[in-house]
Amino acid sequence: MSSTLNVVTSQEYKYGFVTDIEADSVAPGLNEDVIRFISAKKGEPDWLLEFRLKAYRHWLTMTEPDWAKVAYPKPDFQKIVYYSAPRPKKPQYASMDEVDPELRRTFEKLGVPIHEQEALAGVAVDVVFDSVSVTTTYREKLATVGIIFCSFSEAVKSHPDLVKQYLGSVVPSSDNFYAALNSAVFTDGSFVYIPKGVACPMDLSTYFRINNKESGQFERTLIVAEEGASVSYLEGCTAPQFDTNQLHAAVVELVALDRASIKYSTVQNWYAGDKDGVGGIFNFVTKRGLCKGKGSHISWTQVETGSAITWKYPSCVLLGDDSIGEFYSVALTNHKQQADTGTKMIHIGRNTKSTIISKGISAGDSSNSYRGLVKVQPKAEGARNFSQCDSMLIGQSCSASTFPYIEVQNRSARVEHEATTSKIGEEQLLYFQQRGIPAEEAISMIINGFCKDVFRELPMEFAVEATKLLSLKLEGSVG
Amino acid sequence: MLSIKNLTASINGTPVLKGIDLEIKAGEIHAIMGPNGSGKSTLGKVLVGHPAYEVTGGEVLYEGRNLFELAADERARAGIFMGFQHPIEVPGVSNAAFLRLAYNKKAEAEGRDELDPLEFDDFIHEKIKLVAMKEEFLDRSLNEGFSGGEKKRNEILQMAVLEPKLAILDELDSGLDIDALRVLGDAVNKLQRPDRALLIITHFPRILETIQPQFVHVLSGGRILKSAGKELATELEDRGYDWVLEEAAAGGAR
Ligand SMILES: Nc1ncnc2c1ncn2[C@@H]1O[C@H](COP(=O)(O)OP(=O)(O)OP(=O)(O)O)[C@@H](O)[C@H]1O
Ligand SMILES: [Mg+2]
Repeated sequence: MSSTLNVVTSQEYKYGFVTDIEADSVAPGLNEDVIRFISAKKGEPDWLLEFRLKAYRHWLTMTEPDWAKVAYPKPDFQKIVYYSAPRPKKPQYASMDEVDPELRRTFEKLGVPIHEQEALAGVAVDVVFDSVSVTTTYREKLATVGIIFCSFSEAVKSHPDLVKQYLGSVVPSSDNFYAALNSAVFTDGSFVYIPKGVACPMDLSTYFRINNKESGQFERTLIVAEEGASVSYLEGCTAPQFDTNQLHAAVVELVALDRASIKYSTVQNWYAGDKDGVGGIFNFVTKRGLCKGKGSHISWTQVETGSAITWKYPSCVLLGDDSIGEFYSVALTNHKQQADTGTKMIHIGRNTKSTIISKGISAGDSSNSYRGLVKVQPKAEGARNFSQCDSMLIGQSCSASTFPYIEVQNRSARVEHEATTSKIGEEQLLYFQQRGIPAEEAISMIINGFCKDVFRELPMEFAVEATKLLSLKLEGSVG
Repeated sequence: MLSIKNLTASINGTPVLKGIDLEIKAGEIHAIMGPNGSGKSTLGKVLVGHPAYEVTGGEVLYEGRNLFELAADERARAGIFMGFQHPIEVPGVSNAAFLRLAYNKKAEAEGRDELDPLEFDDFIHEKIKLVAMKEEFLDRSLNEGFSGGEKKRNEILQMAVLEPKLAILDELDSGLDIDALRVLGDAVNKLQRPDRALLIITHFPRILETIQPQFVHVLSGGRILKSAGKELATELEDRGYDWVLEEAAAGGAR
């Protein structure tokens, strides 16, 4: 066994480099003045400053959650820099040519499809670099059908009523410790609005990247799909290598009105720390979708491969009758990574349906937990849920756990839960090797087979990327 | 082709093979029979490089090379194939994709052209005829939910795709219906060439009527106790193994 499945991964983080850009930052630390500084810097209206301050005051009364199966040194919130932005040489960029060449090289190294070719391929990219959106492509084209796709700060200026109406309507600022922190200090993110009856003609895509050492990143994303509208949104990210842990606490809110559909896909590959667990991103994210309207549909698909610590539960609140929530997840952990991820499906409306497919893969010394809640409220007549949670172990020293919580308050509801744990054992590997397939390729094939039900939910090019990413992450997992 | 000398091997510290000598030449067909737990599958797994088995002594030469210097996948690409007694199920991996990757790995090693999915499609359609397998099995997950007999059929399909020099078939016949036994037996015969060899592990002489061995060996307690011609198989069916054990014990005492 030990010779074939000796799990020592030596793969170094491919995207580990630092961009030198003059940052425009506040001193580390958090207090009301810092929040006022951020708000003033961004020229925000009073109601938004109030939103932030209220969140901050509430945050002060909260303590960091410790129920997740992750262990880490608690971040020192007074050491974090809450605002940093690449300083534009000019106030506006007419095209990519005007963007800081250093920054462009970074994007090229990352393979961010920001060039015209990629844009022509049908992907509009809203790039968040540190905290400020640098450029947005294809926005005009989208605007002709009434779609708004812009940075959050811009949306605050150009569509304040929409932002005011929906901000915090799915994830209240008091929701949890990290959501409260985000609500107080978020600097930027993305805003998407799809008007009534419009099917967004292309996948919308955002690449995130954490750059400034010791700058916490607090993204805020809000996606609203009006009656009968539909959109597919892609989020992907990579980060440079650091020795100090970086905190990332994003909030994503989705709102789907009558018969609207939102598909949100993530491929996450943040720096996970080195083999010994030094460095890496702390990823504490609150993602929630509200199926507000009748027959609305929200689908989360995630491929989580990075971060030292992942704490993330993309959820659906199924308020509208006949609404549908879906969660498809692959979470891969290796070395000393820890992931506690899953979903919450809250059935409130009648005949609401939810599907949960979770695939956890652990290698090295990592720990991988699925935590999911299916809650059927008293009025959710005819609610149905199907959950399938599979874990795969590679090697002897990793662990996988499943924590399903089921609360059913309506007798007509049907809730099904299936769970399996398997090992890429020597028998399976030998079978592939006996047919001439080297162990690494065998593992990659077995893993992709294991994840198939999730990958097929991803947009085509994302699925290809995800497949490569998993193989890359497991390189060296067999000796 | 294959030369095994005084091979000993153990699993979890327990010796299972206790000194095997066996010589297999190109063009030959050998059968190994023997009581349950005697070490037949172990011998096959040791030869293909199963990591759980520890080789504790002896020597195996394959085409003049020390077999144990090759990793399991290298042995396969060098032409050694084992049809497993219990083929493993691999959910989500399509049978066709698996077969193509295996084919291409071997083609690559031999400096032949790899086949793209379309070319492979044509190629595999010829092969499935040989084993009379229904096309739908190509799109299914590798062995997942296959019946015992279907798994065996899939093993022979893989053999047909890889065209090994030395094929070790571990209880191909167990779980096969009468027709399947004939079809797969014929397929194996068709794949046999003067430069190839077969090692058939079985409990029943029936399959040896189709795949006719020149040599039959009795393996018991980790040793080959008796080797003879094809007629030994029928004799074993009539008389069981006790007399071989007794004969060997007497021989040992002499
Ligand atoms: N993982 C293991 N741990 C302990 N003992 C094992 C292990 N694998 C095999 N053995 C033992 O090794 C011996 C030989 O097993 P093997 O599978 O080679 O028998 P066989 O001759 O193929 O039997 P059968 O005719 O039933 O297929 C048996 O006693 C078996 O219990
Ligand atoms: Mg056996």
